[in-house]
Amino acid sequence: MGELRLMKGNEVIAEAAIRCGCDGYFGYPITPQSEVMETLMTLRPWETTGMVVLQAESEIASIHMVYGAAGAGKRVMTSSSSPGISLMAEGISYIAGSELPCVIVNVQRGGPGLGTIQPSQADYNQATKGGGHGDYSLLVLAPASVQEMHDFVILGFELAFKFRNPVMILADGVIGQLMEKVELIDQRPRWTNEQILEISGNWATIGKPSSRKKHVITSLEMDSNMMENNNLRLQAKYTQMKDEEVRYEAIACEDADYIVVAFGSAARICQKTVQIARKKGIKVGLIRPITLFPFPEKIIAEYAAKVKGFLSVEFNAGQMVNDIRLAVNGVTKVEYFGRMGGIVPTPDEVEDALEQRFLIGDL
Amino acid sequence: MTVITGKINEIIKPENLVYAKSPLLNDVSMHYCPGCSHGVVHRLIAEVIDEMGIQEQTIGVSPVGCAVFAYNYIDIDWQEAAHGRAPAVATGIKRVMPEKYVFSYQGDGDLAAIGTAETFHAVNRGENIVMIFINNAIYGMTGGQMAPTTLVGQVTSTTPNGRNVDLNGYPLRITELIAQLPGAAFVTRQSVQTPAAVRKTKKAIRKAFEIQAQKKGTSFVEVVSTCSSGWKLSPVASNKWMEENMFPQYPLGDLKDTGRADPDLYKVKG
Repeated sequence: MGELRLMKGNEVIAEAAIRCGCDGYFGYPITPQSEVMETLMTLRPWETTGMVVLQAESEIASIHMVYGAAGAGKRVMTSSSSPGISLMAEGISYIAGSELPCVIVNVQRGGPGLGTIQPSQADYNQATKGGGHGDYSLLVLAPASVQEMHDFVILGFELAFKFRNPVMILADGVIGQLMEKVELIDQRPRWTNEQILEISGNWATIGKPSSRKKHVITSLEMDSNMMENNNLRLQAKYTQMKDEEVRYEAIACEDADYIVVAFGSAARICQKTVQIARKKGIKVGLIRPITLFPFPEKIIAEYAAKVKGFLSVEFNAGQMVNDIRLAVNGVTKVEYFGRMGGIVPTPDEVEDALEQRFLIGDL
Repeated sequence: MTVITGKINEIIKPENLVYAKSPLLNDVSMHYCPGCSHGVVHRLIAEVIDEMGIQEQTIGVSPVGCAVFAYNYIDIDWQEAAHGRAPAVATGIKRVMPEKYVFSYQGDGDLAAIGTAETFHAVNRGENIVMIFINNAIYGMTGGQMAPTTLVGQVTSTTPNGRNVDLNGYPLRITELIAQLPGAAFVTRQSVQTPAAVRKTKKAIRKAFEIQAQKKGTSFVEVVSTCSSGWKLSPVASNKWMEENMFPQYPLGDLKDTGRADPDLYKVKG
């Protein structure tokens, strides 16, 4: 059993980063996630593990610092919130195009524009459909607890290096600010130069010995055939992610007539909704996608043949609902319920919406 | 003919060698136009890295612009940065590998327009990197548009009637501003249009790399350069135009050579 602590979601991102042997964090303050960098600066990991922590002049600079440091085969990360992630879109596209590993945390707030500092899930499309220019995908993990904030930093780095692809932890202001019990991993060492050579020695730009050809990290390719090949290689990677990395949680789905689909803090609310509905005799289940990309489309397609409908519950205007509709492919009804602007719905509100959308005719 | 061949063979001996291509320059043709300064500066960087014996410790960061393909020419590890972001990329590399030599290579649009923030803040942090700045007062890669350093009255494809201050503002002497920053260790402006100028520039680049090893702060080497294609002049006429028009606006010489400032000068009293 690891060390148990009561911690805030944002703080645990910092703690997990240090403990898993992260080499560098580059960030810029923005509500509601500023505690990530504040915690790192307080913990001073450069004096213990040697982890670098740097406050950049902008989110643009921080993501390009991540790009540079990731090129060195190091485990590096950044965190921000919605408007900051928009600024990072350029760098994220370059990182994906250059096939570099890194972890990016988005503690979402409401938009568009400056929006609100209250929680939101309105960056679902941005996170899962790329966000920047070009055909690329991030591997997106959606934590629903402080424990998962911790676990996904560790998992995020594993997946980032498995696929040489940026991984996004798509949290929201609720999870970022929430305090919960968390079990921390024991301190792991940062990778040594020898380990980096072993893991990433065939691509990292760490200085060219005469024994090998130079390494060039770039997303540029002027030859159209080769550029198409680069794109096909990326697409093959995304297919492999779909085959190997889909993660979800299914609660009370076995006998369900209706399935609520929700991620992150919305899923926590919907867990209570399931209980309320079942007390009323309505058989409701919950599917919580943990990976938003790759999306758990197979399990949704499987249940589509068994249930009377899906309700997508999101803190946005209805974004994930489109992925559910694609998975369901017209086999059954798919509805959406959500709130925006930083409003977090209550479990009763969700249960009421479920009845409104599916049961008015039935009862 | 045989007599001449014999003579040449007599002349071509290692002890008579006065110049050779740097072993760090790859055997490929450069894409640069005739008369362009980039090739000369690339060669100087390759020579400095070779002479210092730091090939294995050096990582270059190439920009967006004509020099985007710098990575094809110098035989070291490279990372290609997004437009203007080279100083941030170089910062990331240097911070996680402080024992390595890291340099960025940027043009005027990249460094002094879209990347101004990254440029200033990297220098202001006193990042121990070398920044090479090619100032030819025009956007070469995209076909000759106005740059921040384009001179007043200079014709470009986006200032067809010449740069007009009312419309386009003033030429940006960014190197003078950089020299004001406490993180800057060595700031110099050079050129490569004559053998003497080339030698001075090489000396400046060598010094910049040495300062990096001494961890004294950021070294910033501007090279006032030509763009024959963009300026629509012959290589010879370009050099003349540069001397007559660029040098008065961008005077050559060292602007700062003190190492980064003493942090105590900037400290709160209590």
